[in-house]
Amino acid sequence: MTFEVIKPGLLTTIQDLGRPGYFHLGIPEGGAMDRAAMRIANMLVGNPEDAAGLEAVFMGPELTFNDDALVAVAGAEMPVYVDDEERDCWSSFPVKAGQTLKFGYLKSGARIYIAIAGGIDTPPALGSRATYPIGALGGFEGRALAAGDTVPVGKAGARAKERKLDRSLLAKQPKPAELRVLPGLYWHRLTQGSQKQFFADEWKVAPEADRMGYRFRGGNPMEFVEREQPFGAGSDPSNIVDGCYSYGSIQIPGGTEPIVLHRDAVSGGGYFTIGAIISADMDLIGQLQPNMPVKFRQVDMQQSLNARHERSARLERIRAALA
Amino acid sequence: MKTRYSYGGDEHIFVEMDEEMSLDAFFKSLAMSNAAKDANIDGVREICPANASFQVRYDPDVIAPEDMMAKLKEFEEKAINAEKRLETRIIEVPVFYQDPWTHECVMRFRERHQDPSGTDLDYAARINGYDSVEAFIEAHHSAPWFVSMVGFVSGLPFLYQLVEREKQLQVPKYLKPRTDTPKQTVGYGGCFSCVYSVRGAGGYQMFGITPMTIFDADQKVSYLRDFMVFFKPGDIVKWKPIDRAEYDRILKAIEDGTYTPRIAEVTFDLEDFNTDMDGTNAKLMEALNDV
Repeated sequence: MTFEVIKPGLLTTIQDLGRPGYFHLGIPEGGAMDRAAMRIANMLVGNPEDAAGLEAVFMGPELTFNDDALVAVAGAEMPVYVDDEERDCWSSFPVKAGQTLKFGYLKSGARIYIAIAGGIDTPPALGSRATYPIGALGGFEGRALAAGDTVPVGKAGARAKERKLDRSLLAKQPKPAELRVLPGLYWHRLTQGSQKQFFADEWKVAPEADRMGYRFRGGNPMEFVEREQPFGAGSDPSNIVDGCYSYGSIQIPGGTEPIVLHRDAVSGGGYFTIGAIISADMDLIGQLQPNMPVKFRQVDMQQSLNARHERSARLERIRAALA
Repeated sequence: MKTRYSYGGDEHIFVEMDEEMSLDAFFKSLAMSNAAKDANIDGVREICPANASFQVRYDPDVIAPEDMMAKLKEFEEKAINAEKRLETRIIEVPVFYQDPWTHECVMRFRERHQDPSGTDLDYAARINGYDSVEAFIEAHHSAPWFVSMVGFVSGLPFLYQLVEREKQLQVPKYLKPRTDTPKQTVGYGGCFSCVYSVRGAGGYQMFGITPMTIFDADQKVSYLRDFMVFFKPGDIVKWKPIDRAEYDRILKAIEDGTYTPRIAEVTFDLEDFNTDMDGTNAKLMEALNDV
């Protein structure tokens, strides 16, 4: 089966859970920014959790189905319509051949995930269908969807049936949003005052926030521990000898605006990083809108691991509920 | 050299051989990351070697972070005694310096630069003590370079100049990274040269452009049919300055499928290099001339 892209929205890409294994060549893992939402969308239509679906940021696409399909939408809060009839988010529903899936205005969050029973069936690149536009890899011809594209979908499995998620199973998000940070990497390059200030300040998501990285504004500039710059690093105190970057690591070029590296991140570079957002909070970042206030909260390794386990346990409960 | 270990969140361990760049740090990092790879540790997802550091991504549900850390530390002793010799290749990479495309980009991002009044090359030549841009360009391509890291974006090589430290060129990165860089720009930041494999963001100074494709997701380019990424750490590069006509000719030959990069098999031995840099470099370049 197939569907036609009538309007692509702002940036709609085919995503799955990514292509690990090529970061050492500068090809990022990629995949859905909000992995949990992508997994849940797939669970709702009875797909394997790593099936390919769509990720749309800020604005939904308009898609006309050429065949009957079972569809689910998860992630950000955005009204969902089949032709002009509203459907629920976090649920799966049938779309008949000739009907059009559309969306209203974004209410909260930033990214929706659309799963279709059978999963999107474009050819995988390096083991994944995730779109990495910079490297022209995966997705639909290596790019975001455009009006007129006809996208292939696989055959729905035996587990395809209508389901609805009890929203009380989802994590509650604090306001302002809170991102937990495990300090490390080049944390020692900041003065103690700056280390404290980083966590005390309220930051805002900058307009430059995308799949490669989320930039933050509004906090105080960093102060560096004085040193003679090491050979090969470059003269700015925020420069290092180019090394690998961790997913979720926070680099601060020039010491002014922190950038959290995300799914399509560059694999390395010459700016210092002060630590990393813990794995449990990575999904959350993909749902932050520009201008949203954010606090960074310091945690230790044990707290990071506890959060990771809590997150897995929550997903396990959702899996059981949607089985 | 002082090795430093750090966690990068709960899924990464970062190991820095040295704060500063050197071939000794590179070889130690390569040896340690190879030892970590060969050990096939359960839970290791990926090992990313870099210039003077490397990173391991692991699954903390499979191996506890402190256990992963302890295992990596075991490889350090081994790495110190590892042989610093590579069977590798030397590749001639044509460069059109002062080309119109990077020049346009240089001018477009002037406000993010240390010296908005000139070009990246004017600035780089001046702060490295060269009288002219031409003399600086000559210094950039006269000795070979060593690929000490592949990454940033799709197959981008970082290259380290094979000359005495006093002669190594150094430039800062842009004050604020650019949002655009032409594909195949030859850039410079810190002590590293690079080739931007694809169009996109970048913080390095821009010196020129190569017509040689070094990343091809579709693998249509004749010499990238086996794998989409051209460079590997340990490759040696000799830049060859070319003009516009030569640039256009090579570009067309790549499209036709008739272009073959000039490549020779060579051995690089760090001790030999440290004892006699000019002699080692002459031998490397000779190998290329015999192709």
